[in-house]
Amino acid sequence: MNKTRASGRTVGGLRTLLLQAPAVSLLFLWMIVPLAMTVWFSLQRYNLLMPGMTGFAGLENYEYLFTDPALWSAIGTTLLLVGWVLAITVVGGTLLAVLFQQEFLGRGIARVLAISPFFVMPTVSALIWKNMMMHPANGVLAWLAESLGLPAVDWFSSLPLTSIVIIVGWQWLPFALLILLTAMQSLDDDQVEAARMDGAGPIAIFFFITLPHLKRAISVVIMIEMIFLLTIFAEIFVTTSGGPGLATTNLAYLIYIRALLDFDVGMASAGGVVAIVLANIVAVFLVRMVARNLDN
Amino acid sequence: MTTKTQSMSAAGATRAANGPRFGALSSRRLWLTVLGWTVAGVIFFPIFWMVLTGFKTEAEAIADPSLIFSPTLDSYAEVQSRADYLHFALNSVVVSFGSTLLALVIAIPSAYAMAFLPTKRTKGTLLWMLSTKMLPPVGVLVPIYLLFRDFGLLDTRTGLVIVYTLMNLPIVVWMLYTFFKDLPRDILEAGRMDGAGTLQEVWYLLLPLTLPGIASTGLLAVILSWNEAFWSLNLTSSQAAPLTAYIASFSSPEGLFWAKLSAASTMAIAPILVFGWLTQKQMVRGLTFGAVK
Amino acid sequence: MPLSRAFPLAGVAALAATAAQAETITVATVNNNDMVIMQSLSDAFEQSHPDITLDWVVLEENVLRQRMTTDIATGGGQFDVMTIGTYEVPIWAERGWLTPLDDLPASYQADDLLKSVRDGLSDDDGVLNALPFYAESSMLYYRKDLFEQAGIEMPEQPTWQQVHDWAAELNDPDNETYGICLRGKPGWGENMAFVSTLVNTFGGRWFDMDWEPQIDSPAWQEAISFYVDLLDSYGPPGASSNGFNENLALFSRGNCAMWVDATSAAGKLYNPEESTVADQLGFAPAPVAETPKGSHWLWSWALAIPASSDAKDAAREFITWATSQDYVELVGEREGWTSVPPGTRVSTYENPEYQQAAPFAGFVLDAIQGADPRDSSLEPNPYVGVQFVGIPEFQSVGTQVGQMVASALTGETTIEQALQAAQRATRRTMERAGYFD
Repeated sequence: MNKTRASGRTVGGLRTLLLQAPAVSLLFLWMIVPLAMTVWFSLQRYNLLMPGMTGFAGLENYEYLFTDPALWSAIGTTLLLVGWVLAITVVGGTLLAVLFQQEFLGRGIARVLAISPFFVMPTVSALIWKNMMMHPANGVLAWLAESLGLPAVDWFSSLPLTSIVIIVGWQWLPFALLILLTAMQSLDDDQVEAARMDGAGPIAIFFFITLPHLKRAISVVIMIEMIFLLTIFAEIFVTTSGGPGLATTNLAYLIYIRALLDFDVGMASAGGVVAIVLANIVAVFLVRMVARNLDN
Repeated sequence: MTTKTQSMSAAGATRAANGPRFGALSSRRLWLTVLGWTVAGVIFFPIFWMVLTGFKTEAEAIADPSLIFSPTLDSYAEVQSRADYLHFALNSVVVSFGSTLLALVIAIPSAYAMAFLPTKRTKGTLLWMLSTKMLPPVGVLVPIYLLFRDFGLLDTRTGLVIVYTLMNLPIVVWMLYTFFKDLPRDILEAGRMDGAGTLQEVWYLLLPLTLPGIASTGLLAVILSWNEAFWSLNLTSSQAAPLTAYIASFSSPEGLFWAKLSAASTMAIAPILVFGWLTQKQMVRGLTFGAVK
Repeated sequence: MPLSRAFPLAGVAALAATAAQAETITVATVNNNDMVIMQSLSDAFEQSHPDITLDWVVLEENVLRQRMTTDIATGGGQFDVMTIGTYEVPIWAERGWLTPLDDLPASYQADDLLKSVRDGLSDDDGVLNALPFYAESSMLYYRKDLFEQAGIEMPEQPTWQQVHDWAAELNDPDNETYGICLRGKPGWGENMAFVSTLVNTFGGRWFDMDWEPQIDSPAWQEAISFYVDLLDSYGPPGASSNGFNENLALFSRGNCAMWVDATSAAGKLYNPEESTVADQLGFAPAPVAETPKGSHWLWSWALAIPASSDAKDAAREFITWATSQDYVELVGEREGWTSVPPGTRVSTYENPEYQQAAPFAGFVLDAIQGADPRDSSLEPNPYVGVQFVGIPEFQSVGTQVGQMVASALTGETTIEQALQAAQRATRRTMERAGYFD
């Protein structure tokens, strides 16, 4: 085994290839087969409901897609949704992590309760919020507002995107909490204690010691959440169906409309290709930025 | 890892033993207790309310919110008479655990290679893997449906296991990679000196050392698969339908349905919720020495 | 079951041929009350057909529709019986996706089916492609007690102007009683079903004879303005998220003085166990404005056998059972006569027990028989359908326009903007589908 480094690397290279092969090739198939089919279909006239009307369409699908006013609004909505939920979960998660890091009575149980929403299926949480929480007449929030003498808010009509952000935020806040709390536990107590000795207040400690320590964990939260938030679908499907108007139609939902309401496979595929491009742009900019953080 | 927890608990102990600040701490502790429980209560409230509603009658469910009612199991009986819960639950268990195991088996060698034998392309491969997850599944539904039809995978557990494995693979590989990467090199080097081959190295050194990390990765994958609602609804009909499909049959029927929906939802999330509660310590423990150290 | 006893020999022969092998058929259906009853009574079918086992896939309407369409269009073969509507049947049949039901047994009494319902499910040669499970039109429900208190008398045929005035008079938000409840939840089968009938009676239509969309026409403007104003002023809060179910719940709890919606709600509203207003329930024909044409819709839920099914004979056994007169009687006996699936058979309406239990029966029958999907608007139109347009593109068109109307209702956009956007979106879809080539 006393190989020189150089030869080790070539053997390593081969070994790497062999070891990576199953995962990479499977993922490659998973990605490339549907991707190839998607690209192919995106150049076709292919509507499930029109079995007769098939044939090469060139870039027609893309042309229709890009002249669709709904597309740009959907991209905007996608980014807004991702941005807001990220902001809420990262800020809220950090604050909650600080709170649940403190010692208090029954902390263990309180912590378990607070991370519970993460285990709930998106469809179920959307249904709970839609019916039992945000229902304008019989929901808990309407009842609360009424008891306080305020007018009940008709959540999904007057604040559609906010409502979706609340639901999705509620689901992902526990995830951020879990990760950030974990990270906080590895914070060096001596360092904090030393800072306190030097006269640093809790706020200064938070900003100059805790927060920098959490940088890496926050990157992880952002990255994982982004992956899921870019394709949010169930919550919108269950609650607003993308409306009113286009208010809550994100890219995933727009593709759904094309694919499963119009059954326009060509157009949906073109939308899918756009989504992949968008995902890769995001991947290049944001994930790379985050990945740099992860390496430190 | 172990040393860290030890030093942490030691620090906690010294702080607790600091006599003079005890009085100040206790009023602070009271406030923290109130605050902590309020926050936890608010976050947990929707779930609590759903569980409660499942034991109400339909009329009580839509009446003004009230904690006082005589609990009934009628909704549960009604829900069970329409769809056999166990059939769906069993599918959920088989599919989520099966796909997780498969994903781990495929991902471990790959993550090993990326962590210990990195090449120039490793980073790129990882990023690319993760970006595959950003494609909205609905965009590829029709192609996948056609493939599944041709391979006879529609409405089979095998089909769902395959889809979920592939769906979770990027996250699983990436998480394992971060765990492996943080492992002290010299331990593995030492093993190699002793003449261990790659397989032995992985089996005897890597796995035991990173077991907590692997466990928390697996737990995350189980949760994600359990809760997945797009593929499960579209690729199954009856034989392989998991709990997400079960929910879809109660989601917005005619008439009053909140109590029945709540009962069905409670049953659908109960196993994974309990599973999550029981394993959350394990999840945190695994995460502490990987991605988020 | 009487039905299977009617031809025991045929059954035996079939059994012998398949070597007594039990066949499993997968039934996809909507989670509506009537279908849930069908599922709960299906043990009767399985007892009389020991060689057939039923597997149920019960889903919410939207999920079910997308699930079935994907499967049938790709020939997935996942389902043996599908629950589809008057909208899908002709479109799917034309593409050869459904099994024509041309050899129904005489005992099925196909002549007993209501003609308008039957026509909607048959092709041009009169061959049925699906069997009607229940059918509905739309009508006006109102609270007799509130009308009496206010001294209002319901005429034989109310107009929308009258409805508007009554809604203003009866609206009492402080006591959570609203003047009128109407559908607002976007969707071609939700708000657009109602809005289409309103547009029809205001003299509008979806398309002219050249398939040019007419959504920016004055009739649409007038109808939508009327609708938005009516619901805004005298409707319940959150009207834009109310669909059929939500309004049913509202009306049955006494929150609405009037409600215009499906006749199939009558059985539920008339059932004292489900409705607090059962003894105060009044009904009248759907209101009219410019023209009575297309003022009330026609819809039926029907059971069909996809061409991709590999258990067609067993599936046929099942759908003839579930849509038979015997089934109607079975429901009447076990669940009560107000719960029987309405609108499909003449014999149901001739049944004295039903007539007695369901005083609304005559109204419903008239409404269903009076709806003409082939002549639904004041000016001529090229399509079949009252509250929908019988072309594949309508799912998408209806849904998009439904969203625009909902956004006008919430005030997010003005009515004019909403209708212009709807017109543009519809024209785009039609252009893409090749209607203007």
